[in-house]
Amino acid sequence: MRSMFLSSLALGAAATALVGPATAAETKPTLTVYTYESFVADWGPGPQIKKDFERDCGCTLDFVGLEDGVAILNRLKLEGDTTKADVVVGLDTNLVSEAKATGLFAPSGVDTAPVTVPGGFSDDVFVPYDYGWFAVVYDSEQLKNPPASLDALISGDGSQKIAIEDPRTSTPGLGMLLWMKALYGDDAAQKWKDLSKSILTVTPGWSEAYGLLTKGEVPMVLSYTTSPAYHLIEEKSDRYKAIAFPEGHYVQVEVAGRLAGSAHGDLAQRFLAFLISPEAQDILPTTNWMMPAAKTASPLPAAFDQLVKPEKTLFLDPETVAKNRRAWTDEWLEALGR
Amino acid sequence: MTRSGDRAARLALGLAALLFLALFLGGALAALVFQAGTALSFANLLGDAYLRRVALFTLEQAALSTLLSLGAGLPLALALHRTRFFGRGMVLRLFLLPQALPVLVGALAILSVWGRAGVVSQAGAALGLPPLDIYGLPGILIAHVFFNMPLAARLMVSALDEVPAESWKLAGQLSLGPVTTFRVVEWPAIRKAIPGAASLVFMLCVTSFTLVLTLGGGPGATTLEVAIYQALRYDFDPARAVAVALIQLVLTGLVLLAMLRFGGREAGGFSLGRAATRHDRPSPLMHGASLAVVALGVLFVLSPLAAVLIDGLKADLARLAMERAVQQAALTSALVAGAAAMLSLALSLFLLLARQSVLSASVGKRGQPNRERRLLATTFELSGSLTMVVPAVVVGAGWFLLLRRITDVFSAAPFIVVATNAVMAMPFIVRILSPALAASAARHDRLAQSIGLYGLARLRHVEWPALRRPLALSLAFAGAFSLGDLGAVALYGNQDFMTLPFLLLQRMGSYRTADAAGLALLLGALCLALMMIAERGVDAASGKDGRP
Repeated sequence: MRSMFLSSLALGAAATALVGPATAAETKPTLTVYTYESFVADWGPGPQIKKDFERDCGCTLDFVGLEDGVAILNRLKLEGDTTKADVVVGLDTNLVSEAKATGLFAPSGVDTAPVTVPGGFSDDVFVPYDYGWFAVVYDSEQLKNPPASLDALISGDGSQKIAIEDPRTSTPGLGMLLWMKALYGDDAAQKWKDLSKSILTVTPGWSEAYGLLTKGEVPMVLSYTTSPAYHLIEEKSDRYKAIAFPEGHYVQVEVAGRLAGSAHGDLAQRFLAFLISPEAQDILPTTNWMMPAAKTASPLPAAFDQLVKPEKTLFLDPETVAKNRRAWTDEWLEALGR
Repeated sequence: MTRSGDRAARLALGLAALLFLALFLGGALAALVFQAGTALSFANLLGDAYLRRVALFTLEQAALSTLLSLGAGLPLALALHRTRFFGRGMVLRLFLLPQALPVLVGALAILSVWGRAGVVSQAGAALGLPPLDIYGLPGILIAHVFFNMPLAARLMVSALDEVPAESWKLAGQLSLGPVTTFRVVEWPAIRKAIPGAASLVFMLCVTSFTLVLTLGGGPGATTLEVAIYQALRYDFDPARAVAVALIQLVLTGLVLLAMLRFGGREAGGFSLGRAATRHDRPSPLMHGASLAVVALGVLFVLSPLAAVLIDGLKADLARLAMERAVQQAALTSALVAGAAAMLSLALSLFLLLARQSVLSASVGKRGQPNRERRLLATTFELSGSLTMVVPAVVVGAGWFLLLRRITDVFSAAPFIVVATNAVMAMPFIVRILSPALAASAARHDRLAQSIGLYGLARLRHVEWPALRRPLALSLAFAGAFSLGDLGAVALYGNQDFMTLPFLLLQRMGSYRTADAAGLALLLGALCLALMMIAERGVDAASGKDGRP
């Protein structure tokens, strides 16, 4: 009993120590940003962006790292208008429609003229800050002749396996679902059935699928065109490559927005503008491993020249996605649910 | 303290623990339903063909996994008990390790052995065989057996350890053959452990999520836990999430009740696996067979763990260990695991003491406890056994809603995570302590009553000596379980409150596979260290006044 008391004391003390620093500097305004956790990780864009923005904003930038874009939106739904967030960074266009429906967001007030994203998404509430094309990434040591097109992958004999993600639980999974839908429309279900013999497994998230690739368990995985850049830059390895599909690649655009209930509206707007400034755009490619949505201050690292540049971008507008997501997921389940 | 005072105190503590569970779990569910603003509609769910299929698959895979885990665990437990070999203690310890590993690490480790590029496939390729394809039900079953068969074996070994020395002596003197020994001595002991082991494994498999999706090969393999997660995430339909969670709870509860009824009243228990002296002399053939079974079982369990070790050693361990984030996460994990284990222990103990007190209330009056008492006793036991089935993500979301009205959820996060982990680990502890408590009650109840030993004095002289060993083991267990847990932490998004498994998944999610492998190894080492500290502590304590 005594040891229990002591340990709860220790935990209490640890908890106080952990939350203590947050209350220290209250004189400056604090801008609270909800984002996904890889954004705030030591190696993510968060620390550098915080440093740069704080240099002349006269404020403290506070990141809250949640699991992913879906988790951020759900957190806002749970909190409603009592949310502490001033800004949200890390929704993607597929969530935009639902996010607007919460009524929690205010028009950005930011001039998005410098932004150019494939697919042409543009919005007065959400500001695109980076994007990436979905792509099949393969292990060139295992696979000497990868399928040259999505069609070749779908109509393959099933000897070349791919791991994909589940649209019910993950963003890339939903991306692949939309990719097939954008390309094949009503034939998508049949195409999924054809593809199924090449699908080794469907994982709950990106980490599991990519783990299968790097483990050597599967030669292909659904990821991004930018994935090889990580291996090129951080590991000096060109083993993992993306395949350019002539049919086109579906694009994921990541957006940021500010909350209507924020007490620091001007500061929030300033932060959104900062996100698409050359200074901030410079940080994103090699920390968030996505393509910059606006001009960078310096040219992209050489490794980005080696990446697949899709000739054609596929994109479905947020309203269509929001309206059909459930039905399309059911169709997918039906096609693959053996 | 008087006899009735003692009973009242025990009952009060038990009811308090029950109330805490009801409020903690029920409060979370209620908050989510309230937030949704819609009534729960079970009629809709029951008519949902997708959900019906998912429920059926959940039960089917869990039942098969349980059957296989126990079926393989039985011969392994017998063989482990019959043979003595160098490193047996370590093997029994390593058998608990899979529980502490994040599931994703376990899944990749299993694939190192059984995957298309795994050791077995490579050996097959040398013989010109095609690579193994385990994706689908086989993959799910292999993984569940890897995680749970060692658990079942461990439970059965401890049941065998509880066989009194006289029985072995008698079996030796009568020169009973192995078959008769099994029938007369071993099976009756193991049989008592089966309901507890089976229900525990069943629950762990019902709530399986990542393993089922990753190794299941496609959406045909989906569990209710996936449906709950789906409802709470993309569909953001808290009412549906709660309803599916309740369905999962009821289905599992029914299966558990059936197991309890079928298998007799006592839940099985773990023990430290101390060797009992056996007097039977197995023939060389039997001895050889035992050794072979042990070798196979140990190979099956340890080979994926070896993969974790090998991958982990390839990582830059020195750099990782020096990272501030890693050190802080390790400390947080250890604190959370320690606190969760303590809380879990206290709650379980209150429930079990109350249960025992209710059950033995009528012993003095001769005859069986009456119906109401049995019902109350079952409530105490079952409530402590079922907590694992309420998804941590649902509990976390519910408490988030409740707390944000009254306090800063960031500062509350550590407490919610500890409480959730503690409640989730209760089924392990209940099964460890329950049999020890029952045995102690059977042995000492009358004596204690006749000499008027009640209250704290009774706790010190009757329960404490009998419980000391299982108590420490259950602490290690709950700690290990909590160490590997991820469910509750993720929701709060507090950068200053990062556990080791969370850090591991973060690295994994940012291409840093080698770091993740290194962290898995560190996590495993931390868990083993925890177990050994617990055992050493117990040995030191029981060295002074021994076991009753």
